[in-house]
Amino acid sequence: MSQPEVIVIGGGIHGCSAALHLARRGVKALVLEKDHAGRHASGVNAGGVRRLGRHPAEIPLSIASMAIWHRIRDLVDDDCGFDRNGQVKVAESEAELALLKARVDEVRALGFTHEELIDQRELREVVPAIADHCVGAIFCREDGAANPYRTTLAFRRAAVRAGATFIEGARVTALKREGRSWRVDTADGTSHAAAAIVNCAGAWADRVAAQLGESAPVIPSAFMLMISDRQPPFITPVVGATARPLSFKQFANGTVLIGGGYQGTLDRDANWTNLDFRGLALSAKTVWDLFPIMRNAGIVRAWAGIEARMPDDIPVIGPSATAEGVFHAFGFSGHGFQLGPISGAITAELATTGRTNLPIEPFHISRFT
Amino acid sequence: MFQRLKRSEARTVSLSVDGRPVTAFSGDSVAAALLAAGILACRTTPVSGAPRAPYCMMGVCFECLVTIDGVGSRQACLARVRDGMRIETQQGRREAGR
Amino acid sequence: MTAASPIKEHYDLAVVGAGPAGLAAATLAARLGLDTVLFDEQTAPGGQIYRSVTETPAGEPTLLGADYWHGAGLVGPFMESGAQYVPGATIWSISREREIGVSVGGCSRLLTARHIVLATGALERPFPIPGWTLPGVMTCGAAQILLKSSGLVASGKIVLAGTGPLLWLLAAQYLRAGVTIEALLDTTPAGNWAAALPYLPGFLVSSYAAKGLRLVREVKHRVKIVRGVTALAAKGGDRVEEVVYRRGEAGEVRLPVETLLLHQGVAPNVNLANSIGCTHRWDEAQLCFTPVVDEWGMSTVPGIAIAGDGAGIAGAMAAEHRGRLAALDAAHRLGKIDARRRDRDAAPHAAALARAERGRRFLDLLYRPAEAFRVPAGETLVCRCEEVTARQVLEAVALGCQGPNQLKSFLRCGMGPCQGRLCGLTVTELIARARGVPPSEIGYYRLRPPVKPITLAELAALPQTEAAAKAVLRG
Repeated sequence: MSQPEVIVIGGGIHGCSAALHLARRGVKALVLEKDHAGRHASGVNAGGVRRLGRHPAEIPLSIASMAIWHRIRDLVDDDCGFDRNGQVKVAESEAELALLKARVDEVRALGFTHEELIDQRELREVVPAIADHCVGAIFCREDGAANPYRTTLAFRRAAVRAGATFIEGARVTALKREGRSWRVDTADGTSHAAAAIVNCAGAWADRVAAQLGESAPVIPSAFMLMISDRQPPFITPVVGATARPLSFKQFANGTVLIGGGYQGTLDRDANWTNLDFRGLALSAKTVWDLFPIMRNAGIVRAWAGIEARMPDDIPVIGPSATAEGVFHAFGFSGHGFQLGPISGAITAELATTGRTNLPIEPFHISRFT
Repeated sequence: MFQRLKRSEARTVSLSVDGRPVTAFSGDSVAAALLAAGILACRTTPVSGAPRAPYCMMGVCFECLVTIDGVGSRQACLARVRDGMRIETQQGRREAGR
Repeated sequence: MTAASPIKEHYDLAVVGAGPAGLAAATLAARLGLDTVLFDEQTAPGGQIYRSVTETPAGEPTLLGADYWHGAGLVGPFMESGAQYVPGATIWSISREREIGVSVGGCSRLLTARHIVLATGALERPFPIPGWTLPGVMTCGAAQILLKSSGLVASGKIVLAGTGPLLWLLAAQYLRAGVTIEALLDTTPAGNWAAALPYLPGFLVSSYAAKGLRLVREVKHRVKIVRGVTALAAKGGDRVEEVVYRRGEAGEVRLPVETLLLHQGVAPNVNLANSIGCTHRWDEAQLCFTPVVDEWGMSTVPGIAIAGDGAGIAGAMAAEHRGRLAALDAAHRLGKIDARRRDRDAAPHAAALARAERGRRFLDLLYRPAEAFRVPAGETLVCRCEEVTARQVLEAVALGCQGPNQLKSFLRCGMGPCQGRLCGLTVTELIARARGVPPSEIGYYRLRPPVKPITLAELAALPQTEAAAKAVLRG
């Protein structure tokens, strides 16, 4: 292709979203992806599409992103498997319920109404299979879940239709200033240049930042998930817990996905993750306690994707602190999928106009220096 | 279907299959016992409801899934028969909680 | 030690699989002084080839034949070797640090070993023909297992179909048992003879030649043999009722049938080795993925060795010798014997292995299955578990799906409980043909533990530790 105006590094949901939004603004975008689109965290996560439980700084972005999710087909010509059956965060004791109440109060004080405290009776209506000891929950009615790989590919396809170009199998090895442009070299010896760069390189984004002399303390992480054999339908919302990690969802085909955040180990150069069954056992125990109906379900497969966590558990979004024309969107710490639609809109807006209306100051990379 | 060759000694085992009594021989797998009793299809698939029967008899095909003593989706070819074992064929998706 | 001994948390050597390779490996390793445990999924030793050798009701010696009874000679020494034997054990996970997840009697636990020998053997190649999922269609191996373990033979109209020595062995065993076989439909491609011919001399001096010729002679005058079969289908409602075949341009022939027994060779059972991360490569002669191992069976993952057909199809005798070589290497690596002693002790086993491998190449090439039976089309099911057809796989490729792992995101192909054991090779070759690239470039499913399903309850009951609780992270 003729010289792109923006090079996006990384073909996960954030990179594909950036490419789509750039292309819709008439900007020529080139995505360089080292494996294939959706290969890592974006393709294998629990698919949660939630505003529930977010860090206050993320809430405005999450709400803006949810507006896009609710008409995702208009954006990417695919419903992405998005279903809107709500997200529930259960309290297993009165003490936990008190924590949840405090949280809902905090969120409302900030002016947001999406989180609702529900009592045991309503919890049992919404999640009939929940264990008897659960006393209440936070409920976000319009939250839900989608198919992560399908969504990432839908963004990729829509980006290509809108004029973006993707090169897969292209691992970025160097990023250098060249006059008023940026030159990007890839491992196979080819080279590209563009006026602006968007760094969506996930668990490898610190290496891109390092090329600019920027410090980004990415913690490569391997969040583990597992999936069961088919069960008759017994639950519609996605369920999490308060004092222990859980993301629990049943698909239309009856299989049940159990995620939550226990960590395996990984080798980010070999694209290899190692499962820790003691952690998965804790996940299984959580489900055993909360959903007795699942006790004899067969666990058919477990896996872990390669994700980037930041030490404060919120992403890096915004302009580079050191390099003109470079914009970051990485480090989503295990909860970036729902933010994918809006992150690309933000980075596209930054790359073309230099500003955005959304409050992204808390995500600035300079907070790590 | 399947018939037994003559054998010198034979200790029998009593099972129930979908509530009906079935006699097997000690050493049989549950899958072998079902086939010997003239029961071919042991389940219907959760995807289309098509009938399936044991295919490989060595634990790799997962076609011979039955409920044994209340626990579902067990590979019949790997389970050895025992007196009093309750076997149920599986229709479509496993029942919730089993 | 008896099966009743409690399973310890740590061993020098863990062997997985009680077929010839596993039995031989565990026996020698224990004799060399390694604290050894042998896990096997079946309730009695022998693996598949020597299935039920200690307790078969089909005990009349000429029925199953001398090759089968050879297996009995492996069990005695194993039981006396001092190795611990754990039958009824399903290994569902092995990590690169050699932590083993095992389920016995509905209860799972974790343990570690300093060294592991995988001896999980082979499984039958998939045989994706229309109707292959109908009740009454089984593998020849399945029929052999029913015969060996329960003295059961098919009754009514029986047809055998496919290619390979096992077809003839089963036919002979069935005839000896007094069973009538309607037909043996031989799908061996005519062109295979030309490819195999250069290796005929090696075959003729091997042990396989005389045995093979005897089997063929035993069978061919008592069973209708149809050679050159180029198309096969199983038809029926709730079960198979007829098998339909073609030979080249000739018209369709329909045979009523009650039991259709299929076989077109075996392939390594790669699921554990793949899930650990051992490198595999495509073997174009045997048309399957084989782990990359050195002459001792060491894989590309430190501490993990593979012996027997799981390291590459070479038959039961070769498996035994490879098991012993793996045991010697394990003893050396764990510091029990020095390299000189290992090499000296290995010499007779290596020589026996070379003899056992003679003639295999001829058999591999002669019985190489036809593409028509490896790469299905249309509505033929590729993935039995999730009922995915060949047409659906090709549609996914047309939509940009590049390989088996991406396919799991387009369709549920390979995501059922069998974890690709019955569809993996088909999927690889189907995508390879559709994309016009070799199977070696397409690769295979990236498998993860548990390699066999375990219940949530069993997983939840695994021992909990402080360290695991500390590893918690909010998602």
